Amino acid sequence: MAATTSPAFRASRRGQVLLTAGMLALLAFTVAPLYWLAIASTHTSHDIFGRPPKLLPGGELGTNLGNLEESVGFGRVVLNSLMLSVTYTVLGGIVCTLAGYGFAKFRFRGQGLMFSVLLLALVVPTQLTIVPLFKMMVNLDWLNTYQAVLLPNLALPFGIFLMRQSMSALPDELLQAGRIDGCGELRLFLRIALPTMRPALAALAMFLFLFQWNDFLWPLIALRDPASYTVPVALAALTGSSDVDYGQLLTGTAVAAVPMAVLFLFLQKHFVSGMLAGAVKQ
Amino acid sequence: MTTAAPARAGAGSHPGPAAAPARRRSGRGGGARLAPYLFVLPALALFAAFRLYPVVWSFVLSLYRTEGTTQTWTGLGNYERLLNDPLFWKALGNTALILVVQVPVMLALSLGLAVALNSALLRWKPLFRLGFFLPVVTGLVTYGLMMGALLNQDSGAVNWLLQLVGLPEVHWLNDPFWARVSIMLALTWHYTGYNAVIYLARLQSIPAEHHEAAAVDGAGPLRRFWHVTLPGLRPALLLTVVLSTIGTLQLFDEPFIMTGGGPDNATTTIGVYLYQTGFRYFDFGYASAIGYALVLIISLFGLVQVKLAKEED
Repeated sequence: MAATTSPAFRASRRGQVLLTAGMLALLAFTVAPLYWLAIASTHTSHDIFGRPPKLLPGGELGTNLGNLEESVGFGRVVLNSLMLSVTYTVLGGIVCTLAGYGFAKFRFRGQGLMFSVLLLALVVPTQLTIVPLFKMMVNLDWLNTYQAVLLPNLALPFGIFLMRQSMSALPDELLQAGRIDGCGELRLFLRIALPTMRPALAALAMFLFLFQWNDFLWPLIALRDPASYTVPVALAALTGSSDVDYGQLLTGTAVAAVPMAVLFLFLQKHFVSGMLAGAVKQ
Repeated sequence: MTTAAPARAGAGSHPGPAAAPARRRSGRGGGARLAPYLFVLPALALFAAFRLYPVVWSFVLSLYRTEGTTQTWTGLGNYERLLNDPLFWKALGNTALILVVQVPVMLALSLGLAVALNSALLRWKPLFRLGFFLPVVTGLVTYGLMMGALLNQDSGAVNWLLQLVGLPEVHWLNDPFWARVSIMLALTWHYTGYNAVIYLARLQSIPAEHHEAAAVDGAGPLRRFWHVTLPGLRPALLLTVVLSTIGTLQLFDEPFIMTGGGPDNATTTIGVYLYQTGFRYFDFGYASAIGYALVLIISLFGLVQVKLAKEED
């Protein structure tokens, strides 16, 4: 690493070029499909599968979007997804942040047991709960409603772990000082804990938003009426038809990828740090 | 039970073990003692209603046979049926194949990627970190549809590329063998960066002195990788193996979107089979039994992996 003698330096220079070139080649595999997707959304179904594949944008984006609107009511579908994702981010964010704070900054009877129960969610597959949840929603007459989609995942264990992890970095002395000054617990949380948690909250919000935006299996089951579909469910429905129009389908797919691209490009740092806090240290 | 320890360690790891007594001393009456319960209450209530309750209900359902809208008690009948159901075993085999082939290849790739990203020799690191992480945040349906179109047999871009370099076209999604390969390719594309980031974070926490000491002792790069890097990565390796195992056993979205479980059920995973049983044939009792079989398998894997990890210590 610290070798500066001339032959070693030349060797490391060669290593640098080789390694960087190799990684660039790998990167092409990673990024090419996404680039192709963006390009495909601007061509007709016929041109998408033309040979050689199109590498530059065409002028059919508007037509594709129009067709999508006609076949699945895409505007409504995108609006459904946006409404659900925003509501989920706000409500889920509140639930996870409160619980994360409670687990990180207090010691109370039953705490270990409660946390273990949450951890259980990691081994219990989602698929196990979908049948009873479906029956529950039928009984409540909640099929095709927003609450049917939102409620089951509001207490997202990952979100709670993430917030507990971040909250435990908050110095106890700070809270203690507030208590001595006679500050109530809720005010302590709102005035002292929350303002220091901005990066963690940003990471949490991003995860919750993308979780809901991309979630597929549960919305597929809970939403039976095409007017209430979310973007992934509507796209899956499109593939079900015998004659798939790939211009439409891939345009919808590209639109589905837009929020993640935007959020990720602007908040990349939070993303990685949030993922690591939730994954590595749980 | 074991998880109680980290929970406490998290709260008590800061200077001032007096946190709890001090709270008692402040004597704000019941309010202060109730506070922690009020903070965790919304999460726990929602969790109990929409997670725990369905888990229990699911077990009850699995003891009934569903026929149309009527349900008759069958005891362990659904589980017996499971043992004699060739399609269930096929789904299990398909899932196991992905576990045995795709997961090790992907984790090896991730490891290579992480070491490269951590190397002092690599330039333009932010670009690479961004690029390799981009697939991780691409939604499952999005990348499933994208991969499906790219691998399209007649006119997909991948077959065009193969032709270009003189290779025969491949029936990616219509041939049982290649359909499995397609699913594995898609999974690898999506998750390699995720695991690489976990490794990278761990690599950065291995003190550079360890490498330098080994280098002074005359260890070459390969031996240093084997004796310094790998042991340092152990916790991260274990974590990714456990996460990938659980994720693979639950695999649903990719095969559902790309192949629908076909052709000839070659890509039917346990998750896909469960969905089809429950929501195409509305056989809720049997679907619940499949779900419980899956929980059993996941728990067994989890136990074995944790045990192995402990024995090695």
